[in-house]
Amino acid sequence: MTTNIVIVGVGGQGTLLASRILGHIAMENGYDARVSEVHGMSQRGGSVTTYVRMSAAERLYSTIVEQEQADFVLAFETLEALRALPYLKKDGLMIVNTQQILPMPVITGAAEYPEDALARVRAAADTVALDAVGIAEQCGTFRAANVVLLGVLAKRMQFPAEQWREAIRALVKPQFAQWNLDAFEEGYRRG
Amino acid sequence: MKRLMLGNEAIARGAYEAGVRVSSAYPGTPSTEINETIATYSEIYSEWAPNEKVAVEVALGAAIGGARSMACMKHVGLNVAADPFFTATYTGVNAGMVVVVADDPGMHSSQNEQDTRLLARAAHAPVLDPSDSAECKAFMQLAFELSEWYDTPVIVRLTTRIAHARTPVELGERQELPLLAYKKEPKKYVSMPANMIARHRYVEERERRLAEDANALPVNRIEWAQRKLGVITSGAAYNYVKEALPHASVLKLGLAYPLPERLIREFAAGVEELVIVEDMEPFFEDAVRAMGIPCHGKAETGVQGELFAHKVAGRFAGGKAYGPMTTPDIPMRPPVLCPGCPHRALFHVLNKLKLHVFSDIGCYTLGALPPLGAVDTCVCMGASIGVAHGIEKARGVEMAKQSVAVLGDSTFCHSGMTGLLNMMYNRSVGTVIVADNSITGMTGHQNNPMNGRGIHGEIAPALDLPKLCEAMGIEHVRIVDPFDVKALEQVLREETERDALSVIISRRPCALIVKEKRAPYACDAEKCRACGMCMRIGCPAIRKTETGVWIDHTQCVGCGLCGNVCPFGALGTEGA
Repeated sequence: MTTNIVIVGVGGQGTLLASRILGHIAMENGYDARVSEVHGMSQRGGSVTTYVRMSAAERLYSTIVEQEQADFVLAFETLEALRALPYLKKDGLMIVNTQQILPMPVITGAAEYPEDALARVRAAADTVALDAVGIAEQCGTFRAANVVLLGVLAKRMQFPAEQWREAIRALVKPQFAQWNLDAFEEGYRRG
Repeated sequence: MKRLMLGNEAIARGAYEAGVRVSSAYPGTPSTEINETIATYSEIYSEWAPNEKVAVEVALGAAIGGARSMACMKHVGLNVAADPFFTATYTGVNAGMVVVVADDPGMHSSQNEQDTRLLARAAHAPVLDPSDSAECKAFMQLAFELSEWYDTPVIVRLTTRIAHARTPVELGERQELPLLAYKKEPKKYVSMPANMIARHRYVEERERRLAEDANALPVNRIEWAQRKLGVITSGAAYNYVKEALPHASVLKLGLAYPLPERLIREFAAGVEELVIVEDMEPFFEDAVRAMGIPCHGKAETGVQGELFAHKVAGRFAGGKAYGPMTTPDIPMRPPVLCPGCPHRALFHVLNKLKLHVFSDIGCYTLGALPPLGAVDTCVCMGASIGVAHGIEKARGVEMAKQSVAVLGDSTFCHSGMTGLLNMMYNRSVGTVIVADNSITGMTGHQNNPMNGRGIHGEIAPALDLPKLCEAMGIEHVRIVDPFDVKALEQVLREETERDALSVIISRRPCALIVKEKRAPYACDAEKCRACGMCMRIGCPAIRKTETGVWIDHTQCVGCGLCGNVCPFGALGTEGA
């Protein structure tokens, strides 16, 4: 069976680390895997989408996840969760950070941030929503918000928690490892 | 054990294992990580060239010199390198030479959607088109063999979904190859008419021979399944076909040019309906039609944007074809200049002075977006200068005094120098701004000839821009820190009004390479008058509130530009 995951957020939030950790775990388990990253026009601030596909038995081909194919959407920002809803399968799970980062059309006043974004996500899909930034700050740095969300995902996936911790140790710079491991536990507990 | 590697990393690994000794490249999304990965292999000499033309010339020189060599670029880079490349296919090589070109269907980060296969055909160069990272690595080995067997540079063509996807790769050992003897062979390498008339005959003969051999090349393979529907495909499109049409027979063309006519005829004869599924232009389709074989494809899939599995399923298998994935009633999130970006200050002032801005390719293209909205044109690398000069010559000196050309340090080194020389030589009174942020920014921070660092981060000789301008005969060169907005405004007024050509170097390092961390700014509610000045700079970290503004500490880098434009001193670091 193939698991499709879409990670969405805003450039600079650490979506690439999350996808690399997932890819690492897939390889450790001998899965076939596809992890796709598209680098857009800006280093920070634009919408970012990453696809992760893994399968224990089937050979995978496509590197992208399309509409109604995602088992999980990991949304690092609330508006991006709303934007990514069409990816989710009917019984898919949305994991969303309640942080709001205003896009430039909202900052300039050309558009409004939909205040009911989270409510619309909840109404449309099975949703786990949490303040990943606040939780990560408690662990030492708001930058570990990505790993909090990954902790939630880990709880819902088939791999043992220890494999996730190993992947974090392998891919995060040693000086930040403990903050990220703590952030993972906080997410895992809430997953 | 297999490793997950980006297509770009696998290309680099393939080059390493194939014994490459020299690699030259100019960064360009989605190709940049190839040469960045090459730089991690100490066995290979690697460099950032000022542009793709130079990179291809360096690779050709190395190949003539007996070393397997490569040049890497994005699709539009091949336009810059077309001049040497179109003759390199005539001269041929000594050791193998590969040019890796990454196309960008859907234009994730590019100014056009051109298909490299068309340029390759025009240059009579073979093209390999891998479908995943394992093929990226394997095709590099094959590309060098083809290059040496058929005496021609070979293109390995990627698309964004191949270059920027991680798929499993089995690593191999590096093959150490001896440096081949260098022979002076003017009849081959001196591109005079008499020599090249003979080489052109060779090019024609070689292409016929390779097209014939392509019928038996293992990377061109038929995967027979049900015979009702047959699909000819390659590259990323092959992946979508395999997922969307699992029962169809498939002819996968690993060699996208020249085409194996007998194999195509055999496949076409074996299926009831023949469909071509390919990203971008109808390259295979036109060729197959020219063979007199009925087929269809582009009428259904179009030439614009990316193919997806659902698109293929919807068009050819009666599956559900979704529209573009948009949620119409929610705000878009377009790319923005980063918090702390020096370009923000520059475009803020250009906007304020209502100047016409002929901009260029780089992060500063984003100065075109609201609220800065300061850019009139952006065409290709270096075009800012030529366009500004052309408008001056069309509309006169008064237009020049209301205009500036803006380009970055790396773009200036890439192809700004000749344009500037033209302005000087042909008596322009225009103003050229080099937005020098000490890095090639948009592609993810590569060093360049102006920042004093080489590909490994080592100290390197740096171009002295004021001295270059002086040597060109340009008398008015000003250096200004764009965050000193008052000084910048003054310099801009003086230089645009001047009856002479001038260069303004707007110098401040990219916010993402500044190591020193500064405390985030905050708004002092007692001093804030909610005047909105700080909102005009378009900083993503600042948002309006009921009473004033609020600065998001997770985004603010403490650059202080908002403080510089605030008339009431309401914005500062907390406690300051």
